Amino acid sequence: MLPKIPVGRGLEAAVNFLVEHVSWLTRAFSALMESGLSAVEGALLALPAWLFIVLTALLTLFLTRRRGTAVLTLLGLGLILNMGLWKATVSTIALVLVSTLSAVSFGIPLGIGAAMSAPVRRTVMPVLDVMQTMPAFVYLIPAIPFFGLGKVAAVFSTVIFAMPPSIRLTCLGIRQVPPDLKECAEAFGSTRWQRLVKLELPLAAPTILAGVNQTVMLALSMVVIAAMIGAKGLGGEVWKAIQRLQMGAGFEAGIGIVIVAMILDRVLQHCGARTKNPKNT
Amino acid sequence: MLGIEIEHVYKIFGKNPERAFPLLEQGLGKQEIMARTGLGVGVDNVSFDVRPGEIVVVMGLSGSGKSTLVRCLNRLVEPTRGRVRIGGQDVTALSPDELRRLRQERTAMVFQNFALFPHRSVADNAGYGLEIRGTPPDLRREKAREALATVGLAGWEEAMPAQLSGGMQQRVGLARALALDPAILLMDEAFSALDPLIRRDMQDELLALQEDMRKTIVFISHDLDEALRLGDRIVLMKDGAVVQIGTPEDILTNPADGYVARFVAEVDITKVLTAESVMRKPAALAHLELDGPRAALRKMKKESISSLFVVDGTHRLVGLVGAEECSAQIERGERDLRAIMRTDIRTVERETPAQELIRILHDLPYPLAVLDARGRVAGVVVRGALLGAMAERGRNADAA
Repeated sequence: MLPKIPVGRGLEAAVNFLVEHVSWLTRAFSALMESGLSAVEGALLALPAWLFIVLTALLTLFLTRRRGTAVLTLLGLGLILNMGLWKATVSTIALVLVSTLSAVSFGIPLGIGAAMSAPVRRTVMPVLDVMQTMPAFVYLIPAIPFFGLGKVAAVFSTVIFAMPPSIRLTCLGIRQVPPDLKECAEAFGSTRWQRLVKLELPLAAPTILAGVNQTVMLALSMVVIAAMIGAKGLGGEVWKAIQRLQMGAGFEAGIGIVIVAMILDRVLQHCGARTKNPKNT
Repeated sequence: MLGIEIEHVYKIFGKNPERAFPLLEQGLGKQEIMARTGLGVGVDNVSFDVRPGEIVVVMGLSGSGKSTLVRCLNRLVEPTRGRVRIGGQDVTALSPDELRRLRQERTAMVFQNFALFPHRSVADNAGYGLEIRGTPPDLRREKAREALATVGLAGWEEAMPAQLSGGMQQRVGLARALALDPAILLMDEAFSALDPLIRRDMQDELLALQEDMRKTIVFISHDLDEALRLGDRIVLMKDGAVVQIGTPEDILTNPADGYVARFVAEVDITKVLTAESVMRKPAALAHLELDGPRAALRKMKKESISSLFVVDGTHRLVGLVGAEECSAQIERGERDLRAIMRTDIRTVERETPAQELIRILHDLPYPLAVLDARGRVAGVVVRGALLGAMAERGRNADAA
């Protein structure tokens, strides 16, 4: 029999090595992040819940120009408040916001890089395949020694899990710009940067936004899973309900997650549709 | 105004393109080289000049290398070998920065599929080149508006490209190029995507604009009618090489080989042939002051014709006499041709197209006189000769 190839032990050793030598840095970062997160959460909780709900509904109305979406927001968030899940929801929203912002701010530049350079693309794409097919739970384990149990580890694993669509669709959107338009930009003497900013990014914007939309949705789903390593929020409520076999409480938290997901999806989709037809607003 | 000099330009597509040159020297064709090496011969040793202010139409079927050639001029396609000079400046030796400046300042391109930016308004499309050049926004908008007015799109500045018809979109493409006031216009099948009537309008408009602007224009086309209408000279390409260079008349009347002749055969001959190209020298003329009916009749008998044009002392056409009238006059004993001369005869100019000649000749009982600008007889068109000339060209083209 072939001896077992120590894939797992090797990776473990590598992670342990990293933990030993860089965890002081990641722990410091973790502390920083922790305070950032609680600041966002605190800011969101500073407003009275009803005012927050009305303001959010108005914001969705302004962003989507659809009364239906605004009403959905109003009623949905009202139901969450009524079920007594308000604090958990705000905590989840804060986590999703911070994770998404981080994922997008790494993902879009990486996507642009991958679109512009074939070597970058050849390196990034297989890594993305791995990132997307690896079961989400696995990211949770190494996150703990680097960042400790809690929200920062959750954000970290969420960013890794949610980033691929932003990278992929940014890259795709830029590469889908018709070649005759690129040639035209060249023929008029554009620099590579001008071509990117004046032609490729505007044309890729709807695709990029679709990627951001997916990133938000993945972040939301991961934030729920990350409750297992102490992310709290709505996921935490679900987790608690599982451990105590409280079916009702579990569904209540689940419905809360669905409502947040629906609101986020509608808002993002309509933003995307608007950039596609900027004259039809 | 700047001219363009193209010297021994080659473009070979594929890895290690230098491998193709020994084979080209052996005289192998494009297909054989592709089969042996996998290399594509795009442009094969092309040399010609474009004079300042001239329209040169580069013509060929698809795959003839014409679009590749025009892209070698501003190095959208990098020539494998050879030299291109614009206004004496060696384009092939420019650094990337210098090349960008050349594209911003001197050459502007118009594309087959318009290549308008769908997210920009018409005005912002027209101003794109200026924006890249670094023109301040106010001046840019002003120039873009002027250019749009020049192509007949005043008032459409704020429209989006998708709201315009194909013809209008290409006008925006033209305005984008003209806004730069470039010395050189490169037009890659610029009107090929338009339907025939609109294409005709755009051709006329380009010619009218060219009267004022006198740009140096390289126009790519696969349409001989278009080439004949627009070109001061025509460059015919096949398999990447030049087959013939010449004025439209040269190409039509002396096709260099079977390939050109086939091209020419596709042209509607009745539109291209003119009175001048099908007329014959008049066999004989009667001179009003010198000849009487007897002399006129003798000349007709000698040439076996039944009527004769009459000219005055300065060779200007004054009328026509028939053989019967001449005989009758001789019997009456008179001798002044004026008495029997028809003066209400139909005449045409040298430039009258054959299409119209056929119509006129259809019910004309006598030959058709072709007059020059001073009213003198330049030649005569008879129906048989006209049809013969057309048939002959058709046959030549078929045989080739």
